[in-house]
Amino acid sequence: MSESAAGATLRGLGVSPGLAAGPVCRMEDPSHLRGRPWTAASPAEEADTAVRALLAASLGLAALAEKAAEPEARAILEAQSLIAADPLLQEAVRENVRDGMHALDAVTAACDHHRDALLAAGGHFAERAADLADIANRAVAAALDVPMSAIPDPGHPYVLVAEDLSPADTVTLDPATVLAVITERGGPTSHTAILARARGVPAVVACRGARELRDGTPVTVDGALGEVRTGVGDAEAAEVRRREAARRSRLRASTGPGRTADGHPVKLLLNIGSAADLDAEVSAEGVGLFRTEVLFLDRRTAPDMDEQVAAYEAVFRALPGDRVVVRTLDAGTDKPLPFLGLPEETNPALGVRGLRVARARPDVLDAQLDAVAAAARATGVRPWVMAPMVTTVAEAADFARRARARGIAHVGAMVEVPAAALQASRLLAELDFLSVGTNDLSQYTCAADRQHGELADLLDPWQPALLRLVAECGAAGRRAGKPVGVCGEAAADPLLAPVLAGLGVTSLSMSGPSVPAVREALAARTLAECEEAARAALEADGPAEARARAGADRPERDPDA
Amino acid sequence: MAERKVTVMSEVGLHARPAATFVQTAAQAPFDITVAKFGVPPVNAKSILSVLALDVRQGETIVISADAEGADELLDRLAEIASAS
Repeated sequence: MSESAAGATLRGLGVSPGLAAGPVCRMEDPSHLRGRPWTAASPAEEADTAVRALLAASLGLAALAEKAAEPEARAILEAQSLIAADPLLQEAVRENVRDGMHALDAVTAACDHHRDALLAAGGHFAERAADLADIANRAVAAALDVPMSAIPDPGHPYVLVAEDLSPADTVTLDPATVLAVITERGGPTSHTAILARARGVPAVVACRGARELRDGTPVTVDGALGEVRTGVGDAEAAEVRRREAARRSRLRASTGPGRTADGHPVKLLLNIGSAADLDAEVSAEGVGLFRTEVLFLDRRTAPDMDEQVAAYEAVFRALPGDRVVVRTLDAGTDKPLPFLGLPEETNPALGVRGLRVARARPDVLDAQLDAVAAAARATGVRPWVMAPMVTTVAEAADFARRARARGIAHVGAMVEVPAAALQASRLLAELDFLSVGTNDLSQYTCAADRQHGELADLLDPWQPALLRLVAECGAAGRRAGKPVGVCGEAAADPLLAPVLAGLGVTSLSMSGPSVPAVREALAARTLAECEEAARAALEADGPAEARARAGADRPERDPDA
Repeated sequence: MAERKVTVMSEVGLHARPAATFVQTAAQAPFDITVAKFGVPPVNAKSILSVLALDVRQGETIVISADAEGADELLDRLAEIASAS
């Protein structure tokens, strides 16, 4: 490939494989709105401008609410719209203007004041604090008559460039229009990465220099290698699109159960959040991770029993294959659940999350297990159930007791905490299976925040220390004759799949679009070769050496190239 | 002065959806409406921030008041919303 004179290559982490070519469209960072020049009019006019801006923000949010597909998203946006129109905010901006502020400062200060009050109140209230910051940005944008930060809609397909994407941003991301995603921040397990992979959108995160990409610049994106090239011509762009179309059709054609070259089975399962994620085009052997918190996320109230049973039934009835692993509620740092009323924590990643929530709210866990059992009875499906963030044998035993009391036959635990991996054999004495959540296990093993772009190298699933903990679980499973799966994003890495199989992992669970490439990778090696690759990777000093030793240091071959 | 005294029955108290419905309904009135909880000064029933800050839990009693002609019908509706489980 030739570099055109104006071309440059930016590098980041490739987190969602695939190729794309198209013009850049940037998502504005809302903080750019603050401190804009503003010519103040008379106090009376400033006050009216400020109030109008709040009402415009309220209307905008109400319109977004109407467009939202999920009822949860709609409820959140409606509540936020109501807050933007609150008479207290209007009184506050008028008072601020009387104190000499101009309209923009008056709006910002009023929202900041109420945000601080909510944060101080904690619990439920603190949950709404971010809403007020967003309302301030929206109102200021309305007053300035500039577009609010949102997924752009330029009227043609484009490559989305953003500092980072919030879960709310991703709600509005349309895979038909967004050809690829490039973010300056984020790591391999950030929301951007997970959602992009789930939707089959090529993505490069932690991309230095993405800040310099301007709207309309034609780029190509390689979501496997983490490369972004600028200054590409039409012919090159057309070639990239042709190769991507060929790659997709080749992957779609792949079917059948997961097997090594010599027939050792490694089940290929799906990670889903609801029945809507079950893609009929993907051939898989079941669901390895049903993230039930999607049903709870952003809820102001707990879903009632009927609603829960219906959601679980919908998944059980739509299952590909015969396996479904339901993970009980995983609330935490990046997934706050307002209705739980948990107090704010200074260090939420190390706080009350996952199964630990049951210490304060055992009723929520029991109700969920009741609902899973009811859906199982109604459908005849025998679901496996596992708890997130299990740390001790006692926790595992208590969870198993609760689940078995409701007739659930297969009870397991997620291994996300190093303590659980080190006790894998003891956990399996209480449980029927384990499932290694490599995203959190990386975060806790290497003490690196999952969302921290600067520390992405520590979150690399090829870190030998992480692989050692997976090996501990795999060996425990072999000794006990019980299944040990991997359901973190590591399971979606076709280069790592043979290593995991070699470590004793019996199933890999990933987003639908990742399945075909993992199936192909497994089929290319015998179990003995997988075990040899695993041994070699464990002996490495770092991720690059582990890849090289396992024979995976070359980028994925493209037979169409 | 017309008023209604009701016990909040919703599991989430006067938060979340019930609070939003309550405030949206109150906001339709052309007159002032307040809502109070025992021992706490009344607040503007049209302000979601104020109603949330009142922090009414399930089983607590509130007093909804308005001082206007024809307030009865709206107060009945607000009482109904607040007491729905």
